[in-house]
Amino acid sequence: METYSFLRELADSWALLVLTLIFLGVIGWAYRPGSRALHDDAADVPFRNEDPNQARNDGARQ
Amino acid sequence: MFDTLKLIVLALIMFFAALGTDWARDPAYMVHALLIMIIAGGLFLWQLRQMPVEASGIVSAPAPLGYMDGPVRYGVIATAFWGVVGFLAGTFIAFQLAFPVLNFEWAQPYTNFGRLRPLHTSAVIFAFGGNALIATSFYIVQRTSAARLWGGNAAWFVFWGYQLFIVLAATGYLLGATQSKEYAEPEWYVDIWLTIVWLTYLAVFFGTILKRRERHIYVANWFFLAFIITVAMLHVVNNLAIPVSIWGSKSVQVFSGVQDAMTQWWYGHNAVGFFLTAGFLGMMYYFVPKQAGRPVYSYKLSIIHFWALIFLYIWAGPHHLHYTALPDWAATLGMVFSIILWMPSWGGMINGLMTLEGAWDKIRTDPIIRMFVASLAFYGMSTFEGPMMSIRAVNSLSHYTDWTVGHVHSGALGWNGLITFGALYFLTPRLWGRAQMHSLSAINLHFWLATVGIVLYAASMWVSGIMEGLMWREVDANGFLVNSFADTVEAKYLMYVVRGLGGVLYLAGGVVMVWNMWMTIRSPEARPITVALPAE
Repeated sequence: METYSFLRELADSWALLVLTLIFLGVIGWAYRPGSRALHDDAADVPFRNEDPNQARNDGARQ
Repeated sequence: MFDTLKLIVLALIMFFAALGTDWARDPAYMVHALLIMIIAGGLFLWQLRQMPVEASGIVSAPAPLGYMDGPVRYGVIATAFWGVVGFLAGTFIAFQLAFPVLNFEWAQPYTNFGRLRPLHTSAVIFAFGGNALIATSFYIVQRTSAARLWGGNAAWFVFWGYQLFIVLAATGYLLGATQSKEYAEPEWYVDIWLTIVWLTYLAVFFGTILKRRERHIYVANWFFLAFIITVAMLHVVNNLAIPVSIWGSKSVQVFSGVQDAMTQWWYGHNAVGFFLTAGFLGMMYYFVPKQAGRPVYSYKLSIIHFWALIFLYIWAGPHHLHYTALPDWAATLGMVFSIILWMPSWGGMINGLMTLEGAWDKIRTDPIIRMFVASLAFYGMSTFEGPMMSIRAVNSLSHYTDWTVGHVHSGALGWNGLITFGALYFLTPRLWGRAQMHSLSAINLHFWLATVGIVLYAASMWVSGIMEGLMWREVDANGFLVNSFADTVEAKYLMYVVRGLGGVLYLAGGVVMVWNMWMTIRSPEARPITVALPAE
């Protein structure tokens, strides 16, 4: 089979399936139970670390 | 050792550029070789003066601490400067279309519409938008990672290297060096230089993320990273070309025919999707919560917004090639993905707007928030208009008309322009240690000048574009076309004047902003502060 036809069939079968599953997986992962606390913490990031030296002490990464 | 190596490399560049000035096959190459020779020579002397003197007992300065805001400060000023230059060029070429006599005979061929148009688009997209993206991403990634920029002076190289790219591109257009790819006009050596600068940008940004002291990578950085990586990929693939001579600017594209067209619009639409959308969404996800003083409405939605946008945008390019040699299935694919793209776009808009939930009064009291809100409203409007125009039947009317131009400008002036102005008003007082901008009422004035300017622009281009599209397809009872092309040009005259006036208002707003920034930075009552406030 010529390269074009092979890639074309691969693209609209397996590649499409894999990408769709990854996409659905990402959404499922975002909504997994127990993610709320992490997301609340992440949403708060812009309001920390105004001072880089202070951030070293009370920074979130432990 | 490393310093000596730098001297050798600079000397070699200088020598090579000197040869280039003599053997250049076209004026653009000669001017660029001259420019590079002078810059390399200046850097050589500068480097020579920096060389450590043996046994002088001078201990090298300790590594600076805190956030690295120097390149951000320069970037903020460069953004404002290139913005005004780009708006001025755009307003001038708008009037050139209304009054062709402005294509001055004595300045031919350098200042005709054909050469100034890419100067305008590159100045606003890459110089204004690009500097805004580099400056804000450097500012944001440090604050959200609690880490200083990685790579020491590499950030400075990114800033100055990018300015050199802009100057080479702009002078090249005026002197006739172009590879005739829309939004990718610069010739091969300028493309290679941008690739070097851009990969350094990627290294600085990614290096900073890697040494972050926050557990989570904040969503704004996801958008910035996607923007940087994708633009690198798009730029390299779309600019694959073989130079005719190493001493000339002309090059020949590797792709040809419909493959070239598809590659070009795969690039072109993703330049919109990742440069003008993903990157600016990174700004949105930081500055809107900051200015509103509350976290983003839904962090989960922002994650879905990100992945949906990344997964969908890359496929939308073929909608630029309806009714061409491109196979129908490819055009349909592009159209379908463009329409699906409406959902994440509006999801993101809603996420940004709802961040103001419980603080809606700020739209009335805070002109910066008002700019962000108007920017998101224009984002929503143009991401509705875009998918609609990508539908084949609508495209048959809108394509090649001023409607497209109006659509692009409601997105660029409304979404990208207003959010950048808001970001500049946010950053300027903070970076120069001032309490707030010099004049809040000037921000308000800027907001209204810009908004009315956009309304004039978009409305006149809707009327002009749809009229033009209808005139082109009008046939009489015998099936003959009714209008010649010149008939449509004549009919559009009034709309072109209105569009130019919209540009004048938008430009005036930019000038007001520059004055306001100038007064803030140079305000006499405040002491100039060389260190950014947060780093004290």
